[in-house]
Amino acid sequence: MSAIETRPEAPLLVADGLTKTYRLPGGERLTAADRVSFTVPRGGSLGVVGESGSGKSTVARMLVGLVRPDAGTVAVDGRDRATRPPSFGRAAHRLARAREIQMVFQDPYISLDPRLTARHCLRTSLRLHGRDAGDGRIAALLDQVGLGAREAGARPHELSGGQCQRLAIARALAVDPRVLVLDEAVAALDVSIQAQILRLLDEIRRDTEVALVFVSHDLAVVRHITEETVVMRRGTVVEQGPTSRVLGAPEDPYTRLLLASVPRRGWDPADAERARAEADAA
Amino acid sequence: MLLDIQNLTLGLPGAARPLLAEVSLRVGAGETVGLVGESGSGKSTTAKTVLRLLPEAASVTGRVLVDGTDVLALDGAGLRAHRAGTVAMVHQDPRSALNPVRRVGDFLVERLTSTGTTDRRTARAKAVELLGAVGLSEPERRFGQRPHELSGGMLQRVVIAGALAAEPRLLLADESTSALDVTTQAEILALLRSLREQRDLGMLFITHDLHLAAAFCDRVYVMYAGRVVEQQEADRLFTHARHPYTRGLLACSPELEDIDRALEPIPGRPPSLSDTFTGCPFATRCPHAEPECGTWIPEPVPLPGGGTAACRRLADLPEGPVEQPVLAKRSPA
Amino acid sequence: MTAAITVDARLPVRRRPVLVIAGAAFLALVVLAAAFAPLLAPYAPDAVDLSASLVGTGGDHPLGTDASGQDLLSRVLYGARTSLIAPLALLAIAALLGVTLGTVAAWRGGWVDTLVSRVTDVMYAFPGLLFVVLIIAVFGAGITTSVLGLGLAFAPTIAKYTRSVALTERAKPYVDAYRVQGMGGVRICVRHLVPNLARSIVGYLVVLFGEALMSLATLSYLGFGSQPPSSDWGLMVQEGQAAIVQGALLPALVPGTAIAAVVVAFNVVGVWAADRLGARR
Repeated sequence: MSAIETRPEAPLLVADGLTKTYRLPGGERLTAADRVSFTVPRGGSLGVVGESGSGKSTVARMLVGLVRPDAGTVAVDGRDRATRPPSFGRAAHRLARAREIQMVFQDPYISLDPRLTARHCLRTSLRLHGRDAGDGRIAALLDQVGLGAREAGARPHELSGGQCQRLAIARALAVDPRVLVLDEAVAALDVSIQAQILRLLDEIRRDTEVALVFVSHDLAVVRHITEETVVMRRGTVVEQGPTSRVLGAPEDPYTRLLLASVPRRGWDPADAERARAEADAA
Repeated sequence: MLLDIQNLTLGLPGAARPLLAEVSLRVGAGETVGLVGESGSGKSTTAKTVLRLLPEAASVTGRVLVDGTDVLALDGAGLRAHRAGTVAMVHQDPRSALNPVRRVGDFLVERLTSTGTTDRRTARAKAVELLGAVGLSEPERRFGQRPHELSGGMLQRVVIAGALAAEPRLLLADESTSALDVTTQAEILALLRSLREQRDLGMLFITHDLHLAAAFCDRVYVMYAGRVVEQQEADRLFTHARHPYTRGLLACSPELEDIDRALEPIPGRPPSLSDTFTGCPFATRCPHAEPECGTWIPEPVPLPGGGTAACRRLADLPEGPVEQPVLAKRSPA
Repeated sequence: MTAAITVDARLPVRRRPVLVIAGAAFLALVVLAAAFAPLLAPYAPDAVDLSASLVGTGGDHPLGTDASGQDLLSRVLYGARTSLIAPLALLAIAALLGVTLGTVAAWRGGWVDTLVSRVTDVMYAFPGLLFVVLIIAVFGAGITTSVLGLGLAFAPTIAKYTRSVALTERAKPYVDAYRVQGMGGVRICVRHLVPNLARSIVGYLVVLFGEALMSLATLSYLGFGSQPPSSDWGLMVQEGQAAIVQGALLPALVPGTAIAAVVVAFNVVGVWAADRLGARR
């Protein structure tokens, strides 16, 4: 509740100069991310927005360690995630890293092991990290994401998309992460379910002080639940800053184009065409 | 009326409830009509009945009139002519609509010559003209390109060109911009709007995005569990939505402006085909429901400002724009 | 006015698998016969009775006898044991090797994948039987060598199959989720990836069973596999061959028919099972 008073000056998550280049068949090179830097405070929430091919998913995967950056570092609480402390074994380092950053993926069904029931899924995570994996703890985790006893015994294919995504969030919370990366985590859900998940995330953030990195193509969603926003285009950051400023009074012509393209009350697709002409001219 | 669907009910053997229940919907020439709903609401099924693409073993009652002809009564040659001519459909994924190993021009030529009235030379010229008409630069060069050489937005333009080949009067756009990036979506919408004006096309625009439908269409139908729950002028929908489901959708959709409004989720989940209802299907999720709603078979009630809403408690419901109390606004950064 | 239309019910009805049921019933019988061979067989499989050499059907010997007067029914019943267990052992060895190699190749990628793929490709191109004959030339004939050798020869196919399904599975986000959770690669593969592939791998193995049985029978027939006095079916065919010249068909025909019937039954059931288990072929 009183996160503001206790928040230390040093940011929780620091991404510094993240760069990733892929070699394409045919010898060309694709720079998926080019010197991407940002910070997130404890309990803060950052949006990374962009269209397909902007590199936002690559950034998300570099944060959690699924993709190794060519250059740049990710640090949590001042510790570089890539370097292993001498006192740690490889497995211990892996688990310690996992407790720093967790991730929720886009497609709720295939991001869960099809063989495992919800209970079994959480037990696997808890045991992996040597946590209490008793039924009480599992029920508490399920309850935290709004799932009950009936869902506990169900496998992913017996759950709805929204329920699967709740379970995926519970799995991430099971290891008590400091940062939760959400890669298009509500994009595949129905509108009414999407709002439920967004509200759940907001509650979790208030209760646990986990910081959110919200990777999304949906500007309205990012506008609603983040404090800082990074706008990416073709691997580079075109604009970043407080969400209200970036998405309220954008300076970059591309950000303006993105915003002008979002349908809303009194909108005309021609608005976007005009913004495109400006973006192309710039 | 270009498209006039009357009391369409569609059932499947083994399904607990009908896919469509008493759906009535009209699209006039030159009119863009939105059809909004979540997954399983029956919006795509409605569109498919216009082409008589019914699930096998489906039992159908009601009428689907296109230009006065009942599509459900058509058979054989009449049905083929109907599918090839009057109505065209554009789907969500352009890549699956195009043969990956053939040139995009061939796709159009095939469309043009399939009616048997055009020879290949004329068809080729016409195809290039169509590619230009859908806003593709260098149409001559595009003609010879294959699908993998084009972006998603360009491919959707090709598919739209294909849809226009037979000069249809009614276009069914089934989530046809949902898979595209937001800036590309805006381009395709601008294209559809200009085509409608040039060709006096009637359009049934199917989407899960209520804001998109309300911004782009003239009139909007909202579907839930196979039923039309509300139908209004698009402009009025933002300010005068009446059905609790429509209001719920507006309250839970994030907007770019108006960010002080907390998102108000609709509790529960959209009904699946195995859920059955004895009355109003929305009653279990509805904040205004009374026990009687559980047995009230929904029927459209006319609204004072035009349109209809199928709600038993209409007289007691709030009017005006959706305003929710600011509840859980987080602490500022 | 209301027009009612009912489209023909053309729901994808599963063809009634009469053949499959017949095949499965037959295999069940064979397994039971093998298990209860001591009770069912009228004679010991190796009971030589030179006075009853090459007797036809009927009388004391329902399926006749071979040149040394051994009862063919008894031999076929006992022979079912080696002829069914040996392919199982072979497949177990091949699966252990193949699944491990295929999974490692798919998981590690890079040079490991290239190496495993090249090796399996070479093995694949080399005729399996020839490979086993080479092994037998070095280590000597016998059923154990044959099973081990064929196990090696079958491994590349299984490795190739496993690699392809593991690559698809590995790309699913739940595997990424395990990595993000800090789980090690070996544990992910052994505890989660391979168990999720089990259905389709088992489906694939069922189809391979018939081939394994045939290959073993072939080796025995050639004299590289089971050695006398075993009543392995392949060996029996080879032994019965000489009797054909003397006008007695049964000694070769009985075990030959047994091989053919079991292989056909296994393929019928196997293809059906593979479809049900979702194996890609």
